[in-house]
Amino acid sequence: MIRLEKRRNISKFWTTVTPVIAVFLTMSFGGLMFGLLLGDFSSAFGAIKLIFWDPLFDENFASYARPQLLVKAGPIILIAIGLSIGFKAGIWNIGAEGQYILGAIFGASVALSLYPQESVLIFPAMILAGALGGFIWALIPALLKVYFKTNEILVSLMLVYVAENILASVSQGLLRNPEGMGLPGSRNLKDYPSAHNSEILVNSGMHWGVLTAFLAVILAYFLFLKHQKGYEIRIAGEAPKAAYFAGINPSKTIIFCMGMSGLLAGMAGLFEVAGPAGQITMSFNSGYGFTAIIVAFLGRLNPLGILLAGLLMALTYIGGEIAQLMLGLPGASIQLLQGMLLFFLLATDIFTNYRIKSRGS
Amino acid sequence: MAEVLLQMDGISKSFPGVKANDEVSFQINSGEIHALLGENGAGKSTLVKMIYGLMQPDSGSMKLGSENFRPSEPSKARQSGIAMVFQHFSLFDALSVAENIALGMENPPRLQDLSEKIETVSKSYGLPLGPKRLVGQLSAGERQRVEIIRCLLQNPKLLIMDEPTSVLTPNEVKTLFETLLRLKGEGKSILYISHKLEEIREICDYATILRNGKKVGSCIPRDTSAKQIGEMMVGKSFSSPSRKTRAFGEELLKVSNLSIRTKDFFGTSLSNINFSVRVGEILGIGGVAGNGQDELLSALSGEEKTSPSTIKIFNQPIGKLAPDERRAIGMRAAPEERLGHAAAPAMTLIENTLITSHSEDVINQWGIIKFDNVKEKTRNIVSEFDVRTPTLDNAAASLSGGNLQKFVIGREILQKPRVFVVNQPTWGVDAAAAAFIRQSILNLASNDSAVVVISQDLDELFEICDTFSVLTNGRMSKSHDIRSLSSEDVGLLMGGSDLDRKSHDTA
Repeated sequence: MIRLEKRRNISKFWTTVTPVIAVFLTMSFGGLMFGLLLGDFSSAFGAIKLIFWDPLFDENFASYARPQLLVKAGPIILIAIGLSIGFKAGIWNIGAEGQYILGAIFGASVALSLYPQESVLIFPAMILAGALGGFIWALIPALLKVYFKTNEILVSLMLVYVAENILASVSQGLLRNPEGMGLPGSRNLKDYPSAHNSEILVNSGMHWGVLTAFLAVILAYFLFLKHQKGYEIRIAGEAPKAAYFAGINPSKTIIFCMGMSGLLAGMAGLFEVAGPAGQITMSFNSGYGFTAIIVAFLGRLNPLGILLAGLLMALTYIGGEIAQLMLGLPGASIQLLQGMLLFFLLATDIFTNYRIKSRGS
Repeated sequence: MAEVLLQMDGISKSFPGVKANDEVSFQINSGEIHALLGENGAGKSTLVKMIYGLMQPDSGSMKLGSENFRPSEPSKARQSGIAMVFQHFSLFDALSVAENIALGMENPPRLQDLSEKIETVSKSYGLPLGPKRLVGQLSAGERQRVEIIRCLLQNPKLLIMDEPTSVLTPNEVKTLFETLLRLKGEGKSILYISHKLEEIREICDYATILRNGKKVGSCIPRDTSAKQIGEMMVGKSFSSPSRKTRAFGEELLKVSNLSIRTKDFFGTSLSNINFSVRVGEILGIGGVAGNGQDELLSALSGEEKTSPSTIKIFNQPIGKLAPDERRAIGMRAAPEERLGHAAAPAMTLIENTLITSHSEDVINQWGIIKFDNVKEKTRNIVSEFDVRTPTLDNAAASLSGGNLQKFVIGREILQKPRVFVVNQPTWGVDAAAAAFIRQSILNLASNDSAVVVISQDLDELFEICDTFSVLTNGRMSKSHDIRSLSSEDVGLLMGGSDLDRKSHDTA
């Protein structure tokens, strides 16, 4: 008989290896699924290659796909880094999608209200406004939790729907392009040089948001490795009573973690609206805030892990698009593939926390 | 010669990296109270778990009566007439006594019938207990009675008791012993696990002593001195803490009118507590856990805040200060719960050192942690307090209870606090480690600190404290000079009454 025994020291080896196993299992079972969908198992390998390999290395796709990889990965990584700060403390901000939307609205509003003046200060002001928008939106569940002990998972999630309705309202009303002939959607910020989040290097996909995401990875790494605040967050998640005994104020931790994750999500929203998206529209948000939750866990809440996981997740987005185009796979099957990744990660997690023993007699 | 009930023959059991039992052989006779003695980690619980069917031996054999005995699970052991009272009770606070007992039975009778049975058994063994009472409202001693009655309902031949007196008041211990003697009179056997030597000498007929998984000796406890038995357990002679007579200085810690409403549903609120501790003084606070001990510690550690002047150090009001702010002015505490409260289980020892370190030598003005210095501090704790761990990067949860306790106490004492408050300093810690911890508390007090020791181990308090009071039901008695107290006085105090004789008062 096989039995599980809880490990006293969490296995470092398995912590590193399980994400790789999870990716491998996702490829295998994803291939199986695509084989079934296409009614032809010989093309299953081709579909997996098309998603995970061709965007990077096939010359037909790489010139388009490589820059796109950074464009997609940037916001996901930036949001996931923020979420990981809270998740480590056991504070579950599920509403990054809403904070992302509010960040975009706040940031874009600054630009649209100043249009058409030109100044180098406009873009930095937009970044600040975007960060503030996400921060405020995340502060709502934080303060409700501190003062009324509400559950931050529910409140932050419900605020996503509120944010989506605000987005729909402003894109048809307040922020609508006056020269847009009554169609919903704001002015396109790509046509407003001072507000445009342009590529730093032409055709690299590298815009200011991607740079900020990389910077966030480095800062978060440092935060958890060396800084008191990072230590306080970790201990609050590991042993809340011990954290309290240490003198760490749980309310401050909640506000810091929710605030930081909202701030980064808001910035991600601003960089997106000022760059790749260009304008506020009703369908501006595309689920990055939810995908980032998967990425945070896939990366083991470790900043470097999140960097890799974010790139991988971006790859499935782009590869998925190519596969939809080339093989006619349904879009939902790509989402299923992304879901599989989280599922297999959680399933293989058992090896990090338990050791498997066979029971004698 | 009495009939042999259980014969253990060459029992061995290994776990990865450690041999928990190595060729252990002994026998228990019918109608015998048999002590199983040893330090923590000596292999007592492993041995008992094999008798009770929770584990199976790697080699060796057991015989119950004349038949081979190898229970594959506890229910098989119970069918064969073995019952066990664990050190940690598995009871549901929100259910009644009868409901709790029914939950542990394979085929529970109707609650009504069961209640009658419980009453009969509890009366005939002198264990008063109402079957309808909520377990959450019972004292530790009464909870233990629930477990004992649960066992007695099975009419066992052998009753195993793991550290039964660790949570009891002296009076409850007396009642328990009477029950045990009555059971013995009926021809039942009892396997009694403990490391309290005096108790074993009082009640046990025979003792088997384990050390490092091996049987190192056996004796008739009544005819052997506590010191001799202790030496067999530890393998070396250990000395009881030495105390110098100290002169007390001025009043250092003063608590006045401390009242706290507990936030815990089954906790105890504190009402109007007053005491003071002088420089060089060790105040012992006795009483059974659950009478406000945790609440008192959290008020002193700063986890629970009060009005500023409720708690004063050298007349400076500190009731509003957070735990880290109190540490900065030299007041430190060590809570009872090691894993999860005093230490974070999954974090390394180095990271656990940081829990109570906030000074500039470990964290600079920008909040950067100086891990080299923290590591040095940890190394110091580990070496000064003899904490046995493979590396400083081991998780706190991977240490044995005694070693982690030495770490937790050492972490605070090495900071030389002016005021040190500790709850259950040696709970579940083996004799050698306990002696070491007590000695270090005594040394701290001689270096001009004031110490408050909260403990339910009266022997411990009488060994190290200068003054003594009791916390029952959230109220605290006056403190008395410990040398002036008779055991009768202590009994009165434990029962919640105050001594009126002015001559005893020191406060």
